[in-house]
Amino acid sequence: MGLEQKLGDMGVVTTSLEKAVGWARSNAIWPMLFGLACCAIEMMSTQASRYDLSRFGMELMRASPRQSDLMIVAGRVSRKMAPVLRTLYDQMPDPKWVIAMGDCASCGGVFNNYAIVQGVDEIVPVDVYVAGCPPRPETLIEGILKLQDKIKQEPLKKWQ
Amino acid sequence: MPANNPTLHEAPESVLTESNAQLDITLEQLKKLVTPRAFTGETMLLNMGPQHPSTHGVLRLLLELDGETIVSCIPDIGFLHTGIEKTHEGKTYSKGIPLTDRIDYLAPLSNNLAYVGCVEKLLDLEVPLRAQYIRVILLELTRMNSHLVWLGTHALDIGAMSVFLYCMREREMILDVYELVAGARMMTSYFRVGGLWRDIPPGFTDLVQKILDVFPERLLEYEKLLKDNPMWKERTVGIGVIGKEDAIAYGMTGPSLRGSGVNYDVRKAYPYSSYDQFEFSVPVGSNGDVYDRYRCRMEEFHQSLKIIEQAMKRLPAGPVMVDNRKIAPPPKHEIAYSMESLIHHFKLWTEGFSVPEGEAYFAVESGKGEFGCYISANGGPKPRRVHFRAPSLCNLQALPRMSRGCLIADMVAIVGSIDIVLGEVDR
Repeated sequence: MGLEQKLGDMGVVTTSLEKAVGWARSNAIWPMLFGLACCAIEMMSTQASRYDLSRFGMELMRASPRQSDLMIVAGRVSRKMAPVLRTLYDQMPDPKWVIAMGDCASCGGVFNNYAIVQGVDEIVPVDVYVAGCPPRPETLIEGILKLQDKIKQEPLKKWQ
Repeated sequence: MPANNPTLHEAPESVLTESNAQLDITLEQLKKLVTPRAFTGETMLLNMGPQHPSTHGVLRLLLELDGETIVSCIPDIGFLHTGIEKTHEGKTYSKGIPLTDRIDYLAPLSNNLAYVGCVEKLLDLEVPLRAQYIRVILLELTRMNSHLVWLGTHALDIGAMSVFLYCMREREMILDVYELVAGARMMTSYFRVGGLWRDIPPGFTDLVQKILDVFPERLLEYEKLLKDNPMWKERTVGIGVIGKEDAIAYGMTGPSLRGSGVNYDVRKAYPYSSYDQFEFSVPVGSNGDVYDRYRCRMEEFHQSLKIIEQAMKRLPAGPVMVDNRKIAPPPKHEIAYSMESLIHHFKLWTEGFSVPEGEAYFAVESGKGEFGCYISANGGPKPRRVHFRAPSLCNLQALPRMSRGCLIADMVAIVGSIDIVLGEVDR
């Protein structure tokens, strides 16, 4: 049937379960459709015509945190938004990852004031920080590729 | 369940207890906002947002529903409050410009102009004509940029996916112009007090000309997709109606106001940056529904192109910055041999220039409406108070009035039609 008949005996590939799972996970990440501020517009650009994030198997944005693996915190997080953001993170099923997109999400950026959480890593664990104000789409794609590399190397027992 | 960072298994108390996501009102106040039927269980209270794909950011709406009909709508804002106005008080006038980019991040240059225009008004500066014309070109590109994102997301909310992809494709052309002049795709800070950061680099004319050539055809494409589309009309005609008087009473401005048939445009009413030298018309609707607001914005594309064409044709030669060294930084090459210039440069970059005591209000017509900036100066290099009149906030006020009696599915269409940006609402 199909490929095996055409190619003949394809033999056996051996790998570790961890590597196989990591490979599968890294190439089918569903990000959450969740934008906060300026960076969300660049995130939209990243998915849109010119940059086309779906080349990396990342185009399926889910509006519900229950169906997402990745939270891209795109923009500044205010003190009022912080509990909401944490709730969303808690609602995501394991395994889950977080990208802090932009300077505001990474460290507060230009807004060192009373209103903005100085880095989203104060409330959720962050895997990849993407610098820029806002980061160019290429930068975000680089960050996502870095995350994919990271996921490939993650041991299974981490999420047990 | 260990997460990546072992210290963050549980939500940290310190940040999360400082505020909560509940409506910050008492029960008595809530009783005035919803009908008594909500408390008997006859109607349902539904929470929409702050994480919702169609709220254009982090707007939260508390909806009271009778079946599918919206009885009342209570917007809850502040999820993106950034403290920009307060931060301005600690910055010199030129360091305040980058903060304004991030208010309405879809129209950074309109914000820049409102701010620098206000400072120029306080300083009584006359900006060189070339700078004014370049400003006009970029402001109109900004309006198109803002409208493109509006059209893409508005259509996406209602269910037309392909429009979004087309709009973002065209938007990249405008971002290329931004990048060429300012070095950044979104946060431009290109307008400075007294003129521009620098003259337009070579290649600017070609890029703008390409936009002028390509856009009419592309606009036709958008019109083909939506204008007479029966599904689009079904979702937009007669939805979210607001009358002339109501729109004025709520303080609406921009295309959202003009959709109701009020001919008010800051560019015509109080011309700034030599807008009075260009010929253009202001599209006005009549019914005040979602469809008319859509038509107004679509017509504005054509008017913007018309203005850009005129400005490109008549672009005068000359400087792009005022000659006053107390405000405009000296050219880099002068610093190498002129002691005077070195001192000016040093003073401008450490202390900043002082603005005489007084107060001023300066408004521009951004893509959303009248974007104004009010500065109260105390004579020093930093403002006493900066306030922004955000059109999105005023337009959002009319949302409860517009949505009353509509179906819940129309809510996304109405929110899209008033074209709000939460960065501007909350600031």
